[in-house]
Amino acid sequence: MAVEVRIPTILRTYTGGAKAVGGSGSTLSEVIDSVESGHPGLKERLIEGADLRRFINVYVNDEDVRFLGGLGAPVSDGDVVVVLPAVAGG
Amino acid sequence: MLRIGQAIRDEIVAHARRDHPDEACGIVAGPVGSDQPMRLVAMTNAERSPTFFRFDSSEQLTVWRELDDLDEEPIVIYHSHTATEAYPSRSDISLAAEPGAHYVLVSTATSGRDDDSVEFRSYRIVDGDVTEEEVEVITHGS
Repeated sequence: MAVEVRIPTILRTYTGGAKAVGGSGSTLSEVIDSVESGHPGLKERLIEGADLRRFINVYVNDEDVRFLGGLGAPVSDGDVVVVLPAVAGG
Repeated sequence: MLRIGQAIRDEIVAHARRDHPDEACGIVAGPVGSDQPMRLVAMTNAERSPTFFRFDSSEQLTVWRELDDLDEEPIVIYHSHTATEAYPSRSDISLAAEPGAHYVLVSTATSGRDDDSVEFRSYRIVDGDVTEEEVEVITHGS
């Protein structure tokens, strides 16, 4: 299933400058794996161990995936996945 | 160097005072590539903490989309320190993800909510390197 994954400026070094790349899968985890195969290194910037990195926000159709089951969040054909680094500090 | 209008600078300081003793945070948007901070967007500190801040994630998505629609970018990313000086903390440095932005730090450590002087400083943070820069406040004609 085809989904669009929007990439933030700071991670576009992994996508040859592209703002968005195509992915596929029925969960967020599968989509990330599919994107990783064409853009190696990206996954490592999104995932730490078995979870999303704490300071990376990922949204499926505008909903923060933390409220949708994290990496297990369901994804359907035509969905839009947005990645945004959190703006945070101390 | 950061060039910023007096009114916007004053709004940032007022926001920091208002939220004291919690950290306040937000951005000043401007046209892409202009380096001109024009439009202040005060953000919700989802942490509501005196030692940490994080933009509310839904609000961030909404604001970032608006920036895209208006061909704007965050020219300034600001937050306050409420007990320490206006210098980036270790977490500020490690989490800085906008190498093109001016990171403004405001300290309300001595003023609190009062109308006292507030430290207002600006930095570039690129790959973990912090460089302080001069702040020029434009008082008229802006």
